[in-house]
Amino acid sequence: LASLMNLMEKKLLEVKLGELPSWILMRDFTPSGIAGAFQRGYYRYYNKYVNVKKGSIAGLSMVLAAYVFLNYCRSYKELKHERLRKYH
Amino acid sequence: MNENLFTSFITPMMLGLPLVTLIILFPSLLFPSSNRLINNRLVSLQQWALQLMSKQMMSIHNTKGQTWTLMLMSLILFIGSTNLLGLLPHSFTPTTQLSMNLGMAIPLWAGAVITGFRNKTKASLAHFLPQGTPTPLIPMLVIIETISLFIQPMALAVRLTANITAGHLLIYLIGGATLALTSISPTTALITFIILILLTILEFAVAMIQAYVFTLLVSLYLHDNT
Repeated sequence: LASLMNLMEKKLLEVKLGELPSWILMRDFTPSGIAGAFQRGYYRYYNKYVNVKKGSIAGLSMVLAAYVFLNYCRSYKELKHERLRKYH
Repeated sequence: MNENLFTSFITPMMLGLPLVTLIILFPSLLFPSSNRLINNRLVSLQQWALQLMSKQMMSIHNTKGQTWTLMLMSLILFIGSTNLLGLLPHSFTPTTQLSMNLGMAIPLWAGAVITGFRNKTKASLAHFLPQGTPTPLIPMLVIIETISLFIQPMALAVRLTANITAGHLLIYLIGGATLALTSISPTTALITFIILILLTILEFAVAMIQAYVFTLLVSLYLHDNT
């Protein structure tokens, strides 16, 4: 049980590979837990790249680039017919 | 070329889940709120733009009309940001769907007209007859004014839908033409590419202008009725 307490405090990169399944199962998957995870991720990005004294265009453009990439993944099924091939 | 020219306009679903909700909610991520007096650059820029727009648009209204400031400012921010995000490659623009534009236009127009009827009944009804019309023309003119009143929400919605859809379609077609022409005649492809660049600049302008026009017209309907 001491190993369980240790597991709760570690972040993902500090967990050993053998302990990974139990670490994943221990995470908080309730709706408020997932909302908390999204909120923490949002503030981590915001405070690092946007909420600084001399924020640059990179903070906004990284978000837009990720948006373009996700939309590309979403529409890949229709886009793969438009590749330059002799036979489709 | 797609088998159907309009496949880029279908509502995005993933495994039956409505992905379109996430896409409509996405612009709210780009407008962070802040409680401080002096903010980071993004928030300061947005606050400056918002102040400029609200001064320009709401100064013509009286006190009662200015209670609509929050509604109209969020409207212009939403339409502007969704239109501009739609210019990114492969993205989906919610304002191309007539259903959504009708959902925005009809409640706002109806709110303005009903406010006018409830609070200033005589003045609202007087709008149906412009001053100085000759007496024989009055019945005709009342009918025409009624029709023009009821066409306002339809015109608002269809104007936005048609403009944005037409712009996206033109970009798509001319881009396809440029690609197809590179193997046949590079000079013509270059000309077509320049046309594409000019069109993209136009689309940036149209994206913002359409937001402005929509909000301006709603505020005009409001001005008539407060």
